[in-house]
Amino acid sequence: MTAKIKEFPGVGLRESDFTERKVLFTEWKPDARYAWDAGVAIGRYLAELKEGRIIGVRCHHCRRTVVPPRIFCEWCFRPMDEWVYLEDHGVVNTFSICYVQWDMERLEEPLIPAVIEIAGASKGVGILHLLGEVDPREVKIGMKVKAVWKPAAERIGAITDIRYFKPIN
Amino acid sequence: MPKEVAIIGVGYAGFRALTPEVSYKELMYEAAVKAYEDAGVDPRRDIESFVTVAEDFTEGTSIFDEYVPDQLGAVLKPVHTISGEGLHGFIAAYLQVLTGAMDIVAVEAHSKASNILTPDEIMAFAMDPVYNRPLRANPHFIAGLEMNRYLCETGTTREQCALVVAKNKHNALYNPLAAYGASIAVEDVLESEMVSYPLSRLDMSPRADGAIVMVLAARERAEELSDIPIWIRGVGWCNDSFSLENRDWTNAIYAARAAEMAYRMAGIRTPWQELDFAEIDDTFSYKELQHMEALRLCRPGEAGLLVEDGATEIGGEFPVNPSGGSLGMGHLLDASGLARLLEVVLQLRGEAGQHQLSDVETGLAFGWRGLPTTSGAAVILSN
Amino acid sequence: MGLRKVAVVGAGMTKFVRRAQETGKELAYEAAKMALDSCELTLDDVDGVALGTAPDAFDGVHMKGEYLSDGAGAWRKPFMRSYVGGGTGVFAPIQGWYHVASGLFDVCLVVCEEKMSSCQPHPQGAFLTIFDHTTERPLGPNLLWIFALEMNRYMQTYGLQKKDIALVSVKNKRNAADHPCALLGDPNITVEDVLKSEVLAWPVQRLDVSPVTDGAVALVLAAENVAKRITDKPVWIKGVGWSLDTAYWTNRDLYYPKYVEYAARMAYEMAGIREPRKEIHIVEPYDPFDYKELHHLEGLLLADKGEAPRLTAEGVTARTGNMPVCPSGGLLGVGNPIAAAGLMKVAEIFWQLRGEAGKRQVPGKPITGLAQAWGDLMQVGTVIILGIGG
Ligand SMILES: [Zn+2]
Repeated sequence: MTAKIKEFPGVGLRESDFTERKVLFTEWKPDARYAWDAGVAIGRYLAELKEGRIIGVRCHHCRRTVVPPRIFCEWCFRPMDEWVYLEDHGVVNTFSICYVQWDMERLEEPLIPAVIEIAGASKGVGILHLLGEVDPREVKIGMKVKAVWKPAAERIGAITDIRYFKPIN
Repeated sequence: MPKEVAIIGVGYAGFRALTPEVSYKELMYEAAVKAYEDAGVDPRRDIESFVTVAEDFTEGTSIFDEYVPDQLGAVLKPVHTISGEGLHGFIAAYLQVLTGAMDIVAVEAHSKASNILTPDEIMAFAMDPVYNRPLRANPHFIAGLEMNRYLCETGTTREQCALVVAKNKHNALYNPLAAYGASIAVEDVLESEMVSYPLSRLDMSPRADGAIVMVLAARERAEELSDIPIWIRGVGWCNDSFSLENRDWTNAIYAARAAEMAYRMAGIRTPWQELDFAEIDDTFSYKELQHMEALRLCRPGEAGLLVEDGATEIGGEFPVNPSGGSLGMGHLLDASGLARLLEVVLQLRGEAGQHQLSDVETGLAFGWRGLPTTSGAAVILSN
Repeated sequence: MGLRKVAVVGAGMTKFVRRAQETGKELAYEAAKMALDSCELTLDDVDGVALGTAPDAFDGVHMKGEYLSDGAGAWRKPFMRSYVGGGTGVFAPIQGWYHVASGLFDVCLVVCEEKMSSCQPHPQGAFLTIFDHTTERPLGPNLLWIFALEMNRYMQTYGLQKKDIALVSVKNKRNAADHPCALLGDPNITVEDVLKSEVLAWPVQRLDVSPVTDGAVALVLAAENVAKRITDKPVWIKGVGWSLDTAYWTNRDLYYPKYVEYAARMAYEMAGIREPRKEIHIVEPYDPFDYKELHHLEGLLLADKGEAPRLTAEGVTARTGNMPVCPSGGLLGVGNPIAAAGLMKVAEIFWQLRGEAGKRQVPGKPITGLAQAWGDLMQVGTVIILGIGG
């Protein structure tokens, strides 16, 4: 069929067609705002971050300790059994060195997002965060890192109460 | 003759104006646990596929599908989202069982309406970006336009619409799941603040949070697992024109077509005789009346008179929204239709408690997606 | 009792372009009309419409399915929109399949549309909100992060180099040069071009990534009795599968897409396929990033774990190789209007199996092909297997 068709529909425009107003268009900025209920599990997670601690949950059935916390074990489909305080350090499971913002503008200093396996949680269980105080070229998978917390007075009960994770020896 | 499929489990949580103590995941989890217990199934072992219902902008999350498997026991199983009414999701689950490839399928729909800070802005974001949005009008004007035309064309009165509100809020007083039960008079509705003439504040259903999960099974499994399987007799769904410029402002064509499809499947010719009751969309008071007519539960223009006569009350000839509907239970966004269906299931099982209808065998649920859509779905159940 | 047989009988698509003049509704219409014309049907023959489209934030319309409905041919018809993120394009025909296989419909129109360019200043903005609103979004993540994190993990696990992976981008962009709808076909691109392109989020570079695209694709599905009346070359849907992994993506190892394996096993079982490497002749795995094609070939059990780069280097996956992979040019070459891109892969298998793919036609008269898409937070696999004969 693609072999037989000579002309496919669809007209591509150039950026200049818009900037020079050769085509008409409307603009709209949606005002979509939300206030999400944190609930039991994430509510406690945030409250503990405010105290400078990372908390996880444990399922006695499959014996996994996971973070971020949830009230149910997704594998066993039963309630989690206990809250478990975890360490505020861990190991880099994977990382990236990101040179662009979401709108594809270049960043002066790259960001280093990473999945960090948190000590005290089951193997392979991590959270998403950023790395800091490190030369991007020095970052390795398997590297040990530790949370750098905001001062207690500045913590509000958010994931950003940890500024970033930095390497430790 | 399609394969026979039944609802074998229902679960629900929330149904209140606010649910600040739980996250959406925890709300869904509670509904799921109850549904699986009710059905006697283990989701990790028995349920072969899951359908969830969501729209990104009502969740505040792009690709909300991401966040559903864990709390439903659906990790590493077939799961997909239907961005539609809860009843569309239900029908999607039903069709999967009909193929013969699946025996047990679950469907979930929920509302965390209380977490949306700018609901009318988001509703406006659903309108045509070129033709309609630049008018910068609150989208409730669409309901005003439609209500005005409907009243004018059929001779239905604002008083009759107000009676729907009074009836449904009264029914809700007897439904422990309902958030907005009240004893109110016709005058209260008529005198409430005008939103978009002729639609007043009390003509509109207030929003609520809640989650509903249902488990469907093919005949053999259903009979094995359940003492009171509720059988699916017919389903139908339809869209009319999305365009405000081209749609029919008097008749709910989407409802009429969806119902015809479901009636044909169920072999129902005279719905007002063959159905015992109905739970139908009442997002706005006039919508219950307009939908009754479209669903052929009465003749065109007759719904208002039936309400006046009390025929649609719990003790009437043909009860409509004995649960209290969205006006009495609260509007659960796209979960609303599944809330209507939940009531049909509970009534057919004889588990509706204080508002139980006597001798009911067959009931209809109809859901509409709300403003600015012309999208609806119908499901007919029998015990 | 066997399942009701469902065939693909027609297909249509628009050009894939960076910014389309057409609205999303118009793109959906163009593709749908072309698909119906291709099998000489009209809208009157269609019982219902299955729509696939990805985040509403792209087109900038809440309840985008409702907005697109009349353009997709759903006026006064049963209409439903399914949605599994990037997996949507291959899920929509699965939705169409269950509509027809249920016995309720004889003919179902499947339409996928995406107009990403509506989202300004950059469609990446639509992806800001895919992350958890409480535990991740405050960190300011962007979409590239998750791909980069996954790619890095995949490379580390098997000791792969960027040049092993860049071969995929080169192959697909070269293949796309023969696709009349392609946005980024390039017959002369080299591995060096990819390795020299701008680093976005290491290890992801500009030419590892598929472009932002507008476009639409449509298929017509029909039940067996109807399909045989419509065409003498029906292409049967032999198997379908889909699977969604946990949302807690930081709790699992990203080196391997287990969800793709689960989806593939479901589809193979339905299709009665025991030895996929022998029985699948042509593959269109999801390739929004070059390493993804490799990742997915392994998840589909078409390559041993960590071996897909070797197959690529040896030319096995070339259009003239033993197992042609992305002969269309894939997302990397034809373009990536999310849901439409997935359905383009299914359309490609349809055209290839009918011998209608023109300059892209693979040799050796394939009789079974597979298309796969992926989506959500590195989480969902959708698989469809098409075949002729039988
Ligand atoms: Zn467990």
